Amino acid sequence: MYSQVVMDHFKNPRNVGEMKDADGVGEVGNPICGDMMTIYIKVKDEHIDDISFLTFGCGAAIAVSSMLTEMAKGKTVEEAQNITNKSVAEALEGLPKNKLHCSNLGADALHMAIKDYLDRKAGISKGTSKRADKHEHNHGDACYCPYCDVETDEKAPVCVNCGRELDEPH
Amino acid sequence: MSIINLDHLAANPLLPEVQKAMIDAINKNYANPSSQHKLGDEAAAALQTAREKVARLINSPVEKEVIFTSSGTESVNHAVKGVAFANANKGKHIVTSNIEHNAVLRTLRALKMMDYRVTSVPVDHYGRINPTDVADAIRDDTILVTIMHSNNEIGTIQPIEEIAEITKAKKVIFHTDAVDSVGVVPIDVQQLGVDLLSFAANQFYGPSGVGGLYIRRGTRIWPLLDGGVQENNKRAGTENLIGIIGMGVAADLAKREMDFRIKHAKKIKNRLIEGLNARIEDIYINGHPELSLPNLVSVSVRFIEGEGIVLMLDEENIAVSTRSACAAGALQASHVLLSIGRDFADAQGTLVITYGRDTTEAEIDRFLDVLEEVVQTLRNMSPLYTKVKQEKAEGAAAG
Repeated sequence: MYSQVVMDHFKNPRNVGEMKDADGVGEVGNPICGDMMTIYIKVKDEHIDDISFLTFGCGAAIAVSSMLTEMAKGKTVEEAQNITNKSVAEALEGLPKNKLHCSNLGADALHMAIKDYLDRKAGISKGTSKRADKHEHNHGDACYCPYCDVETDEKAPVCVNCGRELDEPH
Repeated sequence: MSIINLDHLAANPLLPEVQKAMIDAINKNYANPSSQHKLGDEAAAALQTAREKVARLINSPVEKEVIFTSSGTESVNHAVKGVAFANANKGKHIVTSNIEHNAVLRTLRALKMMDYRVTSVPVDHYGRINPTDVADAIRDDTILVTIMHSNNEIGTIQPIEEIAEITKAKKVIFHTDAVDSVGVVPIDVQQLGVDLLSFAANQFYGPSGVGGLYIRRGTRIWPLLDGGVQENNKRAGTENLIGIIGMGVAADLAKREMDFRIKHAKKIKNRLIEGLNARIEDIYINGHPELSLPNLVSVSVRFIEGEGIVLMLDEENIAVSTRSACAAGALQASHVLLSIGRDFADAQGTLVITYGRDTTEAEIDRFLDVLEEVVQTLRNMSPLYTKVKQEKAEGAAAG
């Protein structure tokens, strides 16, 4: 089901763990959605000097977190902001369609960590992480029916292709 | 390296006796059991022998009351839709429970689109239905009660006899989905008092693609598949004779080995539950402690997600199943686990461990060793676990 790159990052995840002295923290997801992800960044000279993650989620979610930290490490804050869910999925040599949904929280979490860092620098908030209670789809990210893999409307109650009920977020 | 199979519910291995019977049947090149010539008679006799064996497994008084289908799912569809269609003039109300298998739930959803109405009764935190709730849910226009015999996720066995007393008194047809029970625990349709009972061969080391449906004589039901006069006019289509022969042999063996298999499964179950409780903190063992299937253990491992556990165990050549929404591809938490009071996160970390007559205690010990490590690895990655660990440490420091 998963590509070799996904399995490698899942089995040997890079940069795991909490970072006590992080300069920015981003948390996304909730257990209802299936995945929760926390990204910690340490910034030095406007570069991401260190990065780590904690993730509650499936194999894909863990692989996404790991790959994301590798991609962001060493980049400037500005460059890191350009990392998208899509580029992470591409670096992983693709994800099953029904895994794109919750597993692509990675870039969202990174962007929130960066925002947290910038806010702290600007003196807006002091070390409290932003928490997204509801998982929101990024604009332009398509939703797929978890049963038949056909693209569906985010708010559709029933899949247009297979007719199954989609009562939970899909 | 051999794989430790702790996912028997998904696919039981075929027993050698069953394999042999099926291969012999293929080599024999049976004709169509419906044919009027000698070749047909020979096939019809093989069909009859299999039906007798299967009828004996569920103690059906007349073997004709058992029909063969393509699966447990077909049996359930046949029972529920067949009764709904045949009795629509009497009413369109059906009573079920909150923890049924999708075969029942989705069948009822289809019926709802045809103006049938469904009342679903709740379960307690062990997953048991209170028969009084079923009695209260039955209305004047109720035509069918469909309640599973045992649950495929948590193993809890329902008070089917008591519910049958109620449906008999109220003259409502009663179907039980016994797919996970038949061949595993003793099932006696006469003692249970049900009108319809669904089951499948692959749950007791028979082949996939063959199911059975017990239909008590006099039950008003339509066929699901219309066509020829096979299966006592109740299920059209040329019989899957090779599969049916396999089911017959598997049923015979299940009946003969039942006591031994249950004793063995209980021993494995105790070892598993004791091991899990002793070695892994923050878990829930789901289901009723006594009134449950002997061959299944459901455990919710808190703070982590099940697909990760399954993938990591697979790397160590251990096969188990998870009820995690992610792994199911459904992206929905299990309705069964939510019904017994697990929250979304705990439902996500749930494993269903099912084993068989050949599972050894050494395999269980190896599973426990690997699981302990896997759980710790995943928990170290989990933001939920980190939070709880901190809270515990702070609590200890404060206390």
